[in-house]
Amino acid sequence: MAVRRLHPEQPESFAFSAQNLAWAKREMKKYPKGRQASAVIPLLWKAQEQYDNWLPEPAIRAVADLLDMPYIRVLEVATFYTMFQLAPVGRKAHVQVCGTTPCMLRGAEDIKQVCRRRIAQTAHEVSADGDFSWEEVECLGACVNAPMVQVFSDTYEDLTADSFEALLDAFARGERPVPGPQIARTHAAPAGGQTSLTDVPTATKPGKSRAGTRKTPSKASSKA
Amino acid sequence: MAKLVVDGIEVEVAADMTLLQACEEAGAEIPRFCYHDRLSIAGNCRMCLVEVKGAPKPVASCAQSVRDLRPGPNGEPPEVLTKSGLVKKAREGVMEFLLINHPLDCPICDQGGECDLQDQAMAYGVDASRFAENKRAVEDKYIGPLVKTIMTRCIHCTRCVRFVTEVGGVSDLGATGRGEDMEITTYLESAMRSEMQGNVIDLCPVGALTSRPYAFSARPWELTKTESIDVMDALGSNIRVDARGREVMRIMPRVNDAVNEEWISDKTRFIWDGLKTQRLDKPYVRLGGRLQPADWPMAFATIARQMASVDPKRIGAIAGDLAACEEMFALKDLMTRLGSPNIDCRQDGAPFNPTYGRASYLFNAGIAGLEDADAILLVGAYPRWDATVLNARIRKLWLATGLPIGLIGADNPDLTYDYAYLGAGAETLGELAESRGAFARTLKRAKRPAIIIGPAACARPDGAGVLALAARLAEGCGAVNDDWNGFSVLHTAASRVGGLDLGLVPGRGGLDAAAMVKPGALDVLFLLGADEIAPEGLEETFIVYIGTHGDRGAHAADVILPGATYTEKPGTYVNTEGRVQIASRASFPPGDAREDWAILRALSADLDQQLPYDSPLALRAAMLAAHPHLGDSDVTPVEDASGVATLAKRRMKPKAAAFARDAGSYYLGNPICRASKVMGELAAMSADGAEATGTDG
Repeated sequence: MAVRRLHPEQPESFAFSAQNLAWAKREMKKYPKGRQASAVIPLLWKAQEQYDNWLPEPAIRAVADLLDMPYIRVLEVATFYTMFQLAPVGRKAHVQVCGTTPCMLRGAEDIKQVCRRRIAQTAHEVSADGDFSWEEVECLGACVNAPMVQVFSDTYEDLTADSFEALLDAFARGERPVPGPQIARTHAAPAGGQTSLTDVPTATKPGKSRAGTRKTPSKASSKA
Repeated sequence: MAKLVVDGIEVEVAADMTLLQACEEAGAEIPRFCYHDRLSIAGNCRMCLVEVKGAPKPVASCAQSVRDLRPGPNGEPPEVLTKSGLVKKAREGVMEFLLINHPLDCPICDQGGECDLQDQAMAYGVDASRFAENKRAVEDKYIGPLVKTIMTRCIHCTRCVRFVTEVGGVSDLGATGRGEDMEITTYLESAMRSEMQGNVIDLCPVGALTSRPYAFSARPWELTKTESIDVMDALGSNIRVDARGREVMRIMPRVNDAVNEEWISDKTRFIWDGLKTQRLDKPYVRLGGRLQPADWPMAFATIARQMASVDPKRIGAIAGDLAACEEMFALKDLMTRLGSPNIDCRQDGAPFNPTYGRASYLFNAGIAGLEDADAILLVGAYPRWDATVLNARIRKLWLATGLPIGLIGADNPDLTYDYAYLGAGAETLGELAESRGAFARTLKRAKRPAIIIGPAACARPDGAGVLALAARLAEGCGAVNDDWNGFSVLHTAASRVGGLDLGLVPGRGGLDAAAMVKPGALDVLFLLGADEIAPEGLEETFIVYIGTHGDRGAHAADVILPGATYTEKPGTYVNTEGRVQIASRASFPPGDAREDWAILRALSADLDQQLPYDSPLALRAAMLAAHPHLGDSDVTPVEDASGVATLAKRRMKPKAAAFARDAGSYYLGNPICRASKVMGELAAMSADGAEATGTDG
């Protein structure tokens, strides 16, 4: 992870839209009086959604003013969490490629290669047309459907280099592809159909299980 | 109380103590970087690891409370080991990680020789690094003109962040990013706005935050360290003056829980460059309208000639804000011998009268005693600027108890704590004294309310009326009783209480400071470092200026006698709560300049009124004989509260004008400040900041 800094070019000002402001006020009411600062992450997230999916510096100040927090405290939060994009991202898609072990083993490297070729050589760089950007992120919690990417608030799973390219093509055409597995399966159901629990379960003898033979857990495992 | 065994020694400590404190109680030394007694606990450096019997892994002793330890299987007290092999290995591991990204630049680091990391690496470091990868490098940040940053050295203890937020009361510093990329910075590298930010230099355990004015100028081991007392405000903060040869290189705080805890203000810390510039190093005599360099005999002869035929009633003397008791005593003695009643130590015209008793002009609640208060009313007092370190104590009290604080003053700036703004001037004070308004009820309800009267309320022509009104309020709301005296005068001049104790106020028929500088009032006027009073249009008056800097007083003078600053003479100072403190000499005055009492003694011989003391010891003996209480150094005085009652009996109606503070003079309030480049820079910055309201957060 590189040092996260505010983008050198910043807009003059930022203001929540009336709708978002009302939402923010509601969000702040969820916390006890004087604890409105607890709403800082949702508010920053809303500001990011409103401002082309990145967080400009005036937005940090706007959130701080709204929550009556020192600016530096909000900056701390904004630079701490990688989900806050401090620099502009692609207009049509900012692709967050999961590179953690299960995805890596299932071909995340191929996905990244496609990103490098089609979007930009390095992460966080916006493509020449301004439509796309990408970055590698840590586990997004869809390991069963590895490899996967997240684009804004949707995840696209069970990717191959080819299906990922098709996905990018769809984004480039301005479509919003259907999120979820990009192969024929529902959510995390077994790929290629069920292989177990296919018949009605009946009472069976307990199988020979190694775990079953161990009466007391070993010292080492109890410590862990 | 809880029992525990530390390295085989059984100790009984309060259960809410941390393990680290308990270990220290047992005499064990625990290394630490992030932990600090006066800050909140962070627990992030991991250097204080100890072994607790029964715990699966080493425990960070700073963040573990004694209460949370479990007894042994048979109920025996929990056992802690601070010197075991496991502890040593754990700490060595922590140290190795800290050093991975710490540069090896000790030879060019200003912290070298007084660096916690350096010291502890001697105990827990290894001689070589196993880290073959690239070290992290961090860009330096601008966080103000006082604190220089070399951020690669930062070990992320966050002491500075916690200090500025908790004690300083301005959330300017923060840690952005995370993990290895964590960086200490201000928002967009703006300057910190705390008046005591210099303390982060002392708090920083490494060389990441160092003093910018002191950068690369000396090594700690070549400095002579002298214990002294600060004179930048009337708090009498305990300081250590570090000098190399004749030159004061820096000023550091000393710990005194009754006065400044371990903090000092930036004004106190960074004033030293003012000790070197604009100095008067030889006597001057005005000849033909111009000040000409002279020698001592010539200067004295000039004065003696002028004094030969003068009516004693037309001689006067004003003592300045930085004078020590010794020279004020000698000045008073000399004026008495000359037969003049015209003497004053109150340049600002504050209405204090020593004949009412000490309680009428002291900070009676006491500086440490203020922590017992359960309500505070600030009357024309802005502690953030009038007594910066005291303000930190009020903030500490406010954070701990949330006590109600009210302010009467012309404006309502950020004092780093919440307060109720009650009104602008004497009218509001009068209402409170008549028990009108919500805050009057608050004061009535409080068991130990403190009424703090600041210079904005007193130092004005109708100050006596304000003071009397405040005293009536204090009596009325129960702030003065047998075991609590909350009537507290907050002085800003270091010499003020000492001067009042010594009786440097006009005698029978004498003129006060303001009357003395009226054209035609006097024939001869002695100014003992008095630069805050404007001696203009006094061409007819012969002015003798005894002082240190070529400032206002010297410009108006006919004879200049060069004196010594507070670091250049042993001196007795009495702070605003009446605590007597003694400062030692750290270096010598420049050139022909002499200690002020010696100048007065030498001059007295030429005036045929020789003062009967030839050494500082003899002077001190004479002073103590006349004022025995000055011998009780560093004790909190307890004064008979009758002085407040005397004040309250006076019936004078103050005017309605608001209690306005002189915001611009904070960094430029005395001749040393005005000679200091650093103070000039700070004054310009705060003036800019005052203009740019609304843009800062």
